[in-house]
Amino acid sequence: MYRYDKYDQAMVDARVEDFRDQTRRRIAGQMTDDQFKPLRLKNGLYLQLHAYMLRVAIPYGTLNSTQMRKLAHIARTYDRGYGHFTTRQNIQYNWIKLEQAPDILAELATVEMHAIQTSGESIRNVSADHYAGATADEVIDPRPWAEMLRQMTTFMPEFSYLPRKFKIAVIAAEEDRAAMRWHDFGLRIVKNDAGEIGFEVYPGGGMGRTPFIAYKARDFLPQHQIFSYLQAVLRVWNRHARRDNIHKQRMKILVHELGEEEFTRQVEEAFQHILKLGSDFPQAEYDRIAAYFAPPPFETRLSDEIDRSDPDFAVWVDQNVAAHKAPGYAIANISLKPIKGIGGDITAEQMEVVADLAERYSFDELRAAHTQNLVLPHVRKQDLYAVWQALVEAGLADANLDLVTDIIACPGLDYCSLANARSIPVAQKIAERFADEARQKDIGELKIKISGCINACGHHHAGHIGILGVDRKGTENYQLLLGGSGDENTTQAKITGPGFDEDGIVDAVERAVEHYRGIREPGERFLDTYRRVGMDGFKEAIYG
Amino acid sequence: MKIITGNDLKTGAVIWWTGQDWSIHVEDAADVGDHGEQILAVEDAALRVNGGYVIDAERTAEGVRPAHIKDRIRALGPTVRPDLTLKPADPNAGNWVI
Ligand code: HEM
Ligand code: SF4
Repeated sequence: MYRYDKYDQAMVDARVEDFRDQTRRRIAGQMTDDQFKPLRLKNGLYLQLHAYMLRVAIPYGTLNSTQMRKLAHIARTYDRGYGHFTTRQNIQYNWIKLEQAPDILAELATVEMHAIQTSGESIRNVSADHYAGATADEVIDPRPWAEMLRQMTTFMPEFSYLPRKFKIAVIAAEEDRAAMRWHDFGLRIVKNDAGEIGFEVYPGGGMGRTPFIAYKARDFLPQHQIFSYLQAVLRVWNRHARRDNIHKQRMKILVHELGEEEFTRQVEEAFQHILKLGSDFPQAEYDRIAAYFAPPPFETRLSDEIDRSDPDFAVWVDQNVAAHKAPGYAIANISLKPIKGIGGDITAEQMEVVADLAERYSFDELRAAHTQNLVLPHVRKQDLYAVWQALVEAGLADANLDLVTDIIACPGLDYCSLANARSIPVAQKIAERFADEARQKDIGELKIKISGCINACGHHHAGHIGILGVDRKGTENYQLLLGGSGDENTTQAKITGPGFDEDGIVDAVERAVEHYRGIREPGERFLDTYRRVGMDGFKEAIYG
Repeated sequence: MKIITGNDLKTGAVIWWTGQDWSIHVEDAADVGDHGEQILAVEDAALRVNGGYVIDAERTAEGVRPAHIKDRIRALGPTVRPDLTLKPADPNAGNWVI
């Protein structure tokens, strides 16, 4: 994985000291909150319901055991012993004290981590396929490009005061595991007929109040022109953006208002100009960065055999283990969705267990997935049993990946000051309702995603079943949506009808699921059935 | 009644205006009548509270209860982590929150 050079380290260290000074001045009253807020947000520090909240970036979801142990140390020393993995490959701490925030950032800097650009009107943490470098279906490892984009966009003045936030995702496989088209700028790395590497470019996506799926602006952009192209996109957005209206500032709104064709035309025009300035990375720089992501020294001649004699282990293998590109290896997914737990939450002790497993069994590598789960990307199949046993011990062996209980949920009204309703209790009640393993298996792949307000942090627009918390005359109410997806066939979920209270929404989800089970054709997932039959039958089943 | 709440500037803890000072216990909250904004202006300058605001509340036999669920959750803590609320050992702590 990428390691900081002395410039990276110097910049991050300097930023910590800046923030230490800013915090000191705020506490001493030399700055008002209005002056300080944008500064703390530039360092990922929010004020939430019960305390300050710190969002730490995990660039493209990759981290090593040293970093994970540091995250555990921070949870234990400065927070209340746990952290929360988010849908954008970040981790959040919920109980941070302002006076300690500079120390936390200093600790993070010692392991090449920071919280820069995890908030505010900036280019956010670049996300990527969490199977990058491990899956057989990728053209190349997308992370070198994700890292180059990260470097190009961090601290770049032109990108520091954008009209609004800007989110980039990079994938390199046919299968989209990163909700790429729900980003402001989605990239898929492809190879053309001549064998050259380039990008399919998808601008204009985003969730929130006005969701849009990114459109394809380019079938093939030669890879070394990406920075020019990105600058062109940002320049067009910067030029026209509605800085006067917070609900219209995201780039997706501009794309929608100008129209895809006109937006592309203006971008291409700007691109031709910027390309001549020669600001793209030369091949040598790409090679230098890519070398950090060289595949680990996989052993050869390993057996592909897995001893499945322990039935519980076999269930976990079938559900949570994915194919690896190297013979004898596997990708092991760690579910952070125990039935009675809180999705995405992980204790300091569990973080340490996972760090140990990564160090011992996965070439010291870990991934955070946008699904709020973790991944050990390179495990020898012969080690899977030992890994699983350690996960069982730590309460991390739920065999529910992509099943109905693997629910994405934002923090909602239990933690978030913008929330209308709680998300976590709804996720817990649904998980308990569907806890039976056989039933979960029978239902098959089903992605439920829950947001506590219209900001859509819980990806409800992309849920096969989406749930949106709203405020109905001061009480929590939940709207039900069906048919969304964040995969390679991205679709936006549609609202079924009137909302429900907390118990009502759980019943409504169950009615939708049972309707699917009643009418599905062989091999159909919930989403397939929904797409085949449409909303009407489901609506009737839900509302009677 | 009207009460004032906000977060402690240094620690971020939820705090309530008692009439003289700030407390982490909603029970201590004082009715500020129409003087909320005035008090906030002074307290803001005194650097104790961050993001203070005035809310509606009710005084019941059990104590002061904010009108909105959001502030009731703030008063106690996350409903999904009873162990981390202000009254972790009290099984009845959350009965009034939701
Ligand atoms: C608790 C503190 C949080 C706050 C204050 C917050 C705030 C926001 C806001 C204001 C938006 C809408 C922005 C816009 O539409 O322009 C947003 C969107 C989003 N947030 Fe959060 N969020 C929080 C936590 C989270 C968490 C925990 C996750 C992951 C589980 C997350 C992931 C996202 C995502 C994926 C979006 C949608 C991005 C898009 O519109 O394209 N956020 N958030
Ligand atoms: S969706 Fe709304 S409630 Fe949920 S974390 Fe985002 S801003 Fe908060």
